[in-house]
Amino acid sequence: MRYAILIYESEEAMEARKDPQFQAAYAAYVRALSEAGVWLAGAGLPSASTATTLRMKDGMRLVQDGPYADTKEELGGFVLIEVPDLDRALEWAARCPSLPMAVIEVRPALPPVV
Amino acid sequence: MLAVRTGDLAGAEDALADAFMAAVECWPRDGVPHNPDAWLWTAARRRLVDAARRRKTSAEKGALLELAESVDPELERTTFPDERLRLLFVCAHPAIEATVRTPLMLQVVLGLDAARIAACLRVAPKTMGQRLWRAKSKIRVARIPFDVDTAELPERVFAVLEAIYAAYGSGWEDLTGDAAASRGLTEEAIWLARLIVALLPEDAEAKGLLATMLYAKAREPARRTADGVYVPLSAQDTSRWDRAGLAEAEATLARAAELGQMGPFQLEAAIQSAHVHARLTHRDDAHAIAVLYEGLIRFAPTLGAKVAHAVALSRVHGAERGLALLEAIEPADARDTYQPYWSARAHLLEQLARSGDACDAYERASGLSEDPHIRRFLLDKKRALEASR
Repeated sequence: MRYAILIYESEEAMEARKDPQFQAAYAAYVRALSEAGVWLAGAGLPSASTATTLRMKDGMRLVQDGPYADTKEELGGFVLIEVPDLDRALEWAARCPSLPMAVIEVRPALPPVV
Repeated sequence: MLAVRTGDLAGAEDALADAFMAAVECWPRDGVPHNPDAWLWTAARRRLVDAARRRKTSAEKGALLELAESVDPELERTTFPDERLRLLFVCAHPAIEATVRTPLMLQVVLGLDAARIAACLRVAPKTMGQRLWRAKSKIRVARIPFDVDTAELPERVFAVLEAIYAAYGSGWEDLTGDAAASRGLTEEAIWLARLIVALLPEDAEAKGLLATMLYAKAREPARRTADGVYVPLSAQDTSRWDRAGLAEAEATLARAAELGQMGPFQLEAAIQSAHVHARLTHRDDAHAIAVLYEGLIRFAPTLGAKVAHAVALSRVHGAERGLALLEAIEPADARDTYQPYWSARAHLLEQLARSGDACDAYERASGLSEDPHIRRFLLDKKRALEASR
C-alpha cells in the first residue's frame, strides 16, 4: 500500500532548513527510508511564495502568483512510501525531522494508473 | 467495576472516567482518601445517577438508575479490588488481540479517551476507536468470561503486566521535552502497576514490573539536560536522580525477590538496579548485568532485550563478540528498522575502530529515531567520530 506523507511546515520549520544539524537529520531520515526499501519518491519544496497557481474561470485560464491556499502552515514537502498498512506509515511519519515544527498529514495514495 | 455486574463495558465507562478525573483533581488538593477504591466506586456511581437524571428518555433513565442502585452496599467495603482485577483480566484475555489489550485497559480501567490513547500509542484515532469497539463487542458477543480459571491465572497475569508495561514504554518515547501535552502514559502505567501489586500481593512479577517502572521514573530528571538534550545512563548526573523513588524501587524489588518466583519483570528491575548501583558505587559489575540479560532473553526474547543483551555481553567478552551477537538477531527485517539496534551497532563498531561503518550506523539510527533530541545525540556522535578520523 502506498501512502503520501505531506509535511505542512510553519515559518519556524522553513527557517530551520538552513541549520546544518537539521539537514543532517533529514539526510539520515531519507537514507533510513530508502535502506528500509519503503521510499518511492519525495521532495522538499521552497517557500509557498515561489508557487504559481492555475485555474479555469468562465472558460478562461487564470495564472496567479502564490499558493492555492494561503495558510499559516504551508506544504513544505512530501514523501511517497510503500508499506503494508497505516500503522507502518504513521511510524515512518513520526520519524520525520520536521515533526516538532510541522503538521504531518498521512494519506493513502491511489495505485498508479497503468 | 460496574461492567462486571452488567457484562457490558461501554455503559459504565463514562461514569468511571468522570470519577477518575475527579480523583485526579481532588486528591492532590484534599489528599488521597483512606480507601481510594471505594472512593472511586462511590464517585462513579454518583455520576451515573447524575447522568441518569439528565437523560431524556425514561427507559434509559430507569436502566441507569437501576444499575447505579443495584450495588450491594456491602460490596463498597470489600470486593472492589477483585472487581477491578477481573476487568484487567478480561482486557488481557487471549481472545483479545494483543495490540488492543493496552488501549482497552487504559480506557476501561482508567477511563482515558480513545483520542488520547491513540496519540500516545501512535495509531490513527479512528483506527483506535474501531479496535476498541471491536474488542468490546467481542467481549459481549463472544461472552468472554469475567472469571479466570486458576490454571491459566499466571499466564493472564503476565498478559496484564505486559499491557501495562507497553503503556509505560509509549510514555518514554514521548518524553521529548518539546510537547508537555504528550507526556505519555507513564503515570497511568505506574498507577495500574500499583493497583495490581495491591490486588495480587503474592505475585512477584507484578512487584517486578512496578520496580522496573519506578527505577526508570526515578532517573527521569537526569535523562535530559536543561535544554532537553538526551543523556545516556552512563553520563547521567546521579545527583538529579530521585533518591526516594530509587529507595521505593529497591524495596519493591526486594519484596518481589522474597516471594521466590523469578520472572522477566524482576530481571528487568534487577538490571536497572545493577546499573544504578554501578553508577552510585563506581563499581561496575558487567558480568552480573550480562547474566541478568541472559536470563531475560530466555524469558522474553524481545528485540529490545536481545539488543541490550548483546551490548551487555560486549562489556564482558569484547565488542567483537557483542557485534556478532547483534548481527545474528532475528527477525532481520524488524531488527533493521529498530533504532536501538543501529545505535548499539554504531557503539560497538566505534569501539572496534571501524569508524566509517560506525558513522553509517549512527546515521541510520538517527534516521529511525522519533525523538529530535536522541536524533541530535546520535548525529553529534557521528560528527565527533568523523572529526577524529
